[in-house]
Amino acid sequence: MSYHERLEKLKEEWKNKKVVPLLKRFPERKKEFKTSFDEPVEILYTPAEKDEYEEKIGFPGQYPFTRGVQPTMYRGRLWTMRQYAGFGTAEESNRRYRYLLSQGQTGLSVAFDLPTQIGYDSDDPMSEGEVGRVGVAIDSLEDMETLFEGIPLERVSTSMTINSTAAILLAMYIAVGEKQGVDASKLTGTIQNDILKEYIARGTYIFPPDSSMRLITDIFEYCSKNLPDFNTISISGYHIREAGANSVQEIAFTLADGIAYVQAAIDAGLDPNVFGKRLSFFFNSHNGFLEEIAKFRAARRLWAKIMKERFDVTDEKAMMLRFHTQTGGSTLTAQQPMNNIVRVAFQALAAVLGGTQSLHTNSFDEALGLPTEDSVTIALRTQQIIASETGVADTVDPLGGAYFIEELTNTMEEKALDYIKKIDDLGGMVEAVRAGFVQKEILDSAYKYQVAIENKDQIIVGLNEFAADEKQDRDLLRLDPAIEDRQKKKIGTLRKNRDNDEVRRLLDDLKKAAQGSENLMPFILKAVKAYATLGEIANALRDVFGEYTEAVIL
Amino acid sequence: MSSMKSGVDQLMISRSLSIIENDADSARKIIKGLPVRNYCVIGVTGSPGAGKSSLTDRLACISAEEKTTAVVAIDPSSPFTGGAFLGDRIRMRRAAGDPRVFVRSMASRGNVGGLSPSIYNSVEFLGRSGYDRIYVETVGAGQSETDIVNLADIVLLVMAPGLGDDVQTMKAGIMEIGDIFVINKSDLPGADQLASRTRAILELSGKKFPVMRTDSIKGSGVKELQEEIEEILLTYFSSGRLASKRAKRNLYNNLNSAYQIIKEHYAENDKLEELIRYLLENIGR
Amino acid sequence: MKIKVLVAKPGLDGHDRGAKVVAMALRDAGMEVIYTGLRQSPESVVKAALQEDVDVVGLSILSGAHMKICSKVLRLMKEAGIGEKPLFVGGIIPSEDADELRKAGIFEVFGPGTSLKSIIDKIEETVKK
Repeated sequence: MSYHERLEKLKEEWKNKKVVPLLKRFPERKKEFKTSFDEPVEILYTPAEKDEYEEKIGFPGQYPFTRGVQPTMYRGRLWTMRQYAGFGTAEESNRRYRYLLSQGQTGLSVAFDLPTQIGYDSDDPMSEGEVGRVGVAIDSLEDMETLFEGIPLERVSTSMTINSTAAILLAMYIAVGEKQGVDASKLTGTIQNDILKEYIARGTYIFPPDSSMRLITDIFEYCSKNLPDFNTISISGYHIREAGANSVQEIAFTLADGIAYVQAAIDAGLDPNVFGKRLSFFFNSHNGFLEEIAKFRAARRLWAKIMKERFDVTDEKAMMLRFHTQTGGSTLTAQQPMNNIVRVAFQALAAVLGGTQSLHTNSFDEALGLPTEDSVTIALRTQQIIASETGVADTVDPLGGAYFIEELTNTMEEKALDYIKKIDDLGGMVEAVRAGFVQKEILDSAYKYQVAIENKDQIIVGLNEFAADEKQDRDLLRLDPAIEDRQKKKIGTLRKNRDNDEVRRLLDDLKKAAQGSENLMPFILKAVKAYATLGEIANALRDVFGEYTEAVIL
Repeated sequence: MSSMKSGVDQLMISRSLSIIENDADSARKIIKGLPVRNYCVIGVTGSPGAGKSSLTDRLACISAEEKTTAVVAIDPSSPFTGGAFLGDRIRMRRAAGDPRVFVRSMASRGNVGGLSPSIYNSVEFLGRSGYDRIYVETVGAGQSETDIVNLADIVLLVMAPGLGDDVQTMKAGIMEIGDIFVINKSDLPGADQLASRTRAILELSGKKFPVMRTDSIKGSGVKELQEEIEEILLTYFSSGRLASKRAKRNLYNNLNSAYQIIKEHYAENDKLEELIRYLLENIGR
Repeated sequence: MKIKVLVAKPGLDGHDRGAKVVAMALRDAGMEVIYTGLRQSPESVVKAALQEDVDVVGLSILSGAHMKICSKVLRLMKEAGIGEKPLFVGGIIPSEDADELRKAGIFEVFGPGTSLKSIIDKIEETVKK
């Protein structure tokens, strides 16, 4: 009898001798225990039959990177504690950035308002009521200059959460650098630039998928030559999870998006060994503690395999899944908000045990609105406590080898691969999105989850259990309604004072180029420097590309 | 925002349609009170995914340039819950946003054996209230797909490559109902083959129906299709075909109403129900 | 009698999980649901409400622009002659704003954590009146 066979026999004996009699007197809490993706969770996990350490688990910093992308991980350097923040005006944001810089922080992050994200100027009728609300309003290079006034771009790394209009904002960033005398090659930062998830989960799309993919590969190509240290995409699963996907769908759809981008870049003539190193990912960290840890490990292994086997990548660095994590916003409750501090702590811990490169922790009051400075501080302290007091950062992948974790990692990798195959059969992610397949899967999960909450199959403390009658009393960060008027006036003045003939000419050039296959970045850069507005540039592209109409799944 | 568009009061129409949809007796009274008018009903049917909604969307807007136009979009009610997603309006952004077009979504409400009398009544009401062209988009599966031939003056059968339509079109009865056969998504591979196969089948059956190609996303071929619709309507009118079709429609509608009344009030009388059902099924032949 | 509901996403907000889940629940509760899709102008929402003669209009707004959008929709509905139709709003709405909205004529405000059942019950109760 082999070692494994003996263990299985002992397990059976244990079940019959100890478990079954006990169950007769004390049944388990639920009929069945399941993961978020409906996989049954057993009472006990024991060593697997095959010892797959070398093949499946391996060593950190080495293919397939299951245990981490760096050999020393947090022993060498802790994850980046990068808190995302948004302000309504370029002036306010500029003040905050300068403060952060004076405190030694070198990583800035910019949140943009919806009109800027969707290519509308502040005075467009579609922008009414939305200007400066979820982030800063950028109508032209002028606003961008205000945003980075007095900030030396060669000394900071700027992360911009921008997608459909990423090319325009990036051009503006380059132009600001030029004015400061900073060469584009010295600029560092990230643009999210992940349009596929916009169609699936986030909604700030403009153009149809094909044209959007063209813009993205134009950015890849332009940056590979001119901004070699700029991260040109942050392939995001966070929003996909927030839209209701389960953990397997989160990694499956994110990696499928990644496959589409890598393929598009290869088709555009780029070498995956080179730009593979510039890809970064962005994941969610949700409530299922153990599941989330397994999820991150499965994602790393699966992506490494994809880059190696599907795209024949040979440079190990280009196979690494480096990612930023944000704790799940949709898990925060408005009821008994202090409970959220605890939720965020567990979610943050899961991300750390999962080997994230950087982490944003949500504030406890974010279910109701923008966080206050105090709540943001608690969120930051949560990370600092994990880093300094728990000891989890002192060894790499501490949960590696835990029987359940390894089993779960394997299962999640398999199931994610099933989804990727299905998407391949549909003709790739772009086709799957057009057909509404991905959106439907996510909505079905979302609906299932909501029904589970209402049936109390899923308990949310303070919401459907342990609830209390409470008054929702809190200080809210209020938006200054004058922002919209100020922006409108500003843009009106801009349009009067610039060379409108020049702008018109450059927009025409852009349109002509858009009809062909030239790289659009140089054209956008020229237009931006002549103070064409964001809306004007986006509309010029709308004229050529058309607008995306939502896939209908209801 | 004014609800008075081209002399038609949309608010009044909308409210009346609700009465008509829910109360058969009131429906008959309302319709009787309106003068008979000459209006045309264009049926749009075909498999799900062929692009019926986006095509109807474009056709309605072109039609609205010359004639008062309405769209009735029908979606299936869930046999389990009785509820429905009326998901055509979201697919018809142009028409829904066009001040000249009236778009109304209706659920099939359990009428598995075809279109309900309330749909007939709604269409008639719209026609008598001033709409010259009424586009009716149906579910695209099951019997309502063939029942549209009783309701409409002209039927567009919309097909698209890659949907298994060549097998579907062989299905008995489907090819019988179209007056115009539309190959939509004509830019996709397989469109040529689908078009020629359709023409071949039509030739075999000796019918001289037009086969047209459109791309409802880009808009190509749609204007030509609209013109063809109007031409055929004119031909049917002058040949008397339209008149006989409408007579049949009235007969069908009356029988259908009778059937519904019998179902409601005389549920035990199977024989009578059977007779009416037989008449209903054979009136189209 | 079937209850007909319009579920709308006005403004630029792209978060539609809530609106879609609610739409599904209403359909499963036997109602006829028209979901407008994203990026609706207040004008198109009111036009749909008028032409479809829905029993209830539901707005889903999570971008914070609820005050401006709701006041516009209420005004346009009155002008179009359908001011008496119940208007519900769901999303991220602070309690002071919710109070103001109710005073302005919004029938009910559904904040985060609202159960599907309570929405269905509220709609059925409102339509019966």
